[in-house]
Amino acid sequence: MRDPLAKEVVKLKPSGIRKFFDIVAEMKDAISLGVGEPDFETPWHIRDEGIYSLEKGKTFYTSNSGLIELRKEICNYLERRMHVSYDWSKEVLVTVGGSEGIDVCMRAMTNPGDEIIIPEPSYVSYEPCAILAGAKPVIINLKAENEFRLTAQELLDAITDKTKILVLPFPNNPTGAIMEEKDLIEIAKVCIEKDIYVLSDEIYAELTYKGDHVSIASLPGMKERTIMINGFSKAYAMTGWRLGYACGPKEIIQQMTKIHQFCIMCAPTTSQYAAIEALKNGDDDVKMMRESYNQRRRFLLNAFKEMGLECFEPYGAFYVFPCIKEFGMTSDEFATRFLEEEKVAAVPGTAFGESGEGFLRISYAYSLERLKMAMERLARFVEKLRKEQGR
Amino acid sequence: MREKILSILEKNSRIEIKELAVLLGFSEIDVANEVKKMEEEGVICGYHTLIDWEKTSIEKVSALIEVKVTPQRGQGFDNIAERIYKYPEVNAVYLISGGFDLLVSLEGKTLKEVSSFVSDKLATLDTVLSTATHFVLKKYKDHGTILDKKEVDEREQFTL
Repeated sequence: MRDPLAKEVVKLKPSGIRKFFDIVAEMKDAISLGVGEPDFETPWHIRDEGIYSLEKGKTFYTSNSGLIELRKEICNYLERRMHVSYDWSKEVLVTVGGSEGIDVCMRAMTNPGDEIIIPEPSYVSYEPCAILAGAKPVIINLKAENEFRLTAQELLDAITDKTKILVLPFPNNPTGAIMEEKDLIEIAKVCIEKDIYVLSDEIYAELTYKGDHVSIASLPGMKERTIMINGFSKAYAMTGWRLGYACGPKEIIQQMTKIHQFCIMCAPTTSQYAAIEALKNGDDDVKMMRESYNQRRRFLLNAFKEMGLECFEPYGAFYVFPCIKEFGMTSDEFATRFLEEEKVAAVPGTAFGESGEGFLRISYAYSLERLKMAMERLARFVEKLRKEQGR
Repeated sequence: MREKILSILEKNSRIEIKELAVLLGFSEIDVANEVKKMEEEGVICGYHTLIDWEKTSIEKVSALIEVKVTPQRGQGFDNIAERIYKYPEVNAVYLISGGFDLLVSLEGKTLKEVSSFVSDKLATLDTVLSTATHFVLKKYKDHGTILDKKEVDEREQFTL
């Protein structure tokens, strides 16, 4: 028989940590700190609107771009929270999670050979999506000494005459790093000067702990070259609803909508009705969850300090990224031993790119009780390793 | 700062000042002072424990009683409310808008004890016009806590 598979797909590396988590699933008393989704259930009033829409028989497709009311509410929200105005009728596409937005955006914008710059460590989808879009991923290895922020110089060094898009994944998964306005201004300058577009993945925008998130699209001259990706998963604890959106220049959104129309038709209708409620009346829920994450974040940083573990202070998302280089092990070795000996699962930084080597991603989308238990075990483990090394 | 301290204490009154300070990002001294101030001002009225008595072998009956009263000149409802809340078996007394005046929450050992309290003590008060007693059959949620819920993490492991 002929080879049934596409070479490019076979070549894609599978997510490196799957095997790791298969072990966790079988270990009964293991504590996982590995999950990248909120531990909160979707607030009840939002779920209730979803249920109500079903009761009323709203079980049909919506328009390809998404419900008009939802697109209007998205624009109100972005105006209110990010100070960027979009035209709901031409500049917004409701997608199946932020992930679809990333995929469709790359496919709509790149020609074969175009380069997409991806700062790492970052979310695992960018590189495969770029490859599947026929583009060439160009990786920037972000540095711990810059608190894993992207600098203008790093960007300049990565740009060639084939560069088309910069992926800007902040607040960042897995590092928790953010880009503040002053950082973004420098990046914006380079993008305008070198005429490149920005795919700004702002899915964690509501989860920042040092002032409000600033979108690069809100800077002068940037809205016309930015595709903003956002969604409901992280801010409103709506991961299972699979709903996100992309906003940007109408020529780009129009082509993205075309791909979306052929592949997806439209985002799930029930989720769209629930999302309208989230945007209209969900601000207090977001505030409550943000405060709760922030308390856990402070707890973890304090725990690291007490055990003498190096960690820069991350101001976004729900991850901390402690450094484990002092133990002279790879992230993978450390995570594996930590799991085997203390039954705590944390994700090796290398799952998010080479530059994650020497780091560990710890998610704080877990109850404080669970985090406390895990930190006790981590402290014990760290002591043990130091003793082994005769320190 | 107050609001944040209170929202944590309301759910966990046993938390140590040191931990409270870490969670909120304030200094220990500031938090300790603020808590002390709130105790003195009567903002914090106590540190109680939420108990699901159903799970113990101790028999308890609780009831909510609607009470209609005649307000007294110059005193309003305060006097009669005080008469009622002084009984130790009374847990809570609220002045209520709507079809009746006072809502009294009561706890006793047996049904009989509660009903005799109502008929002998409460209903015989001069200003009490009428009472309606509702026995609590089951508590599902109390003080914001769902009593019978077990925390289960249903998230799949390898989401990134």
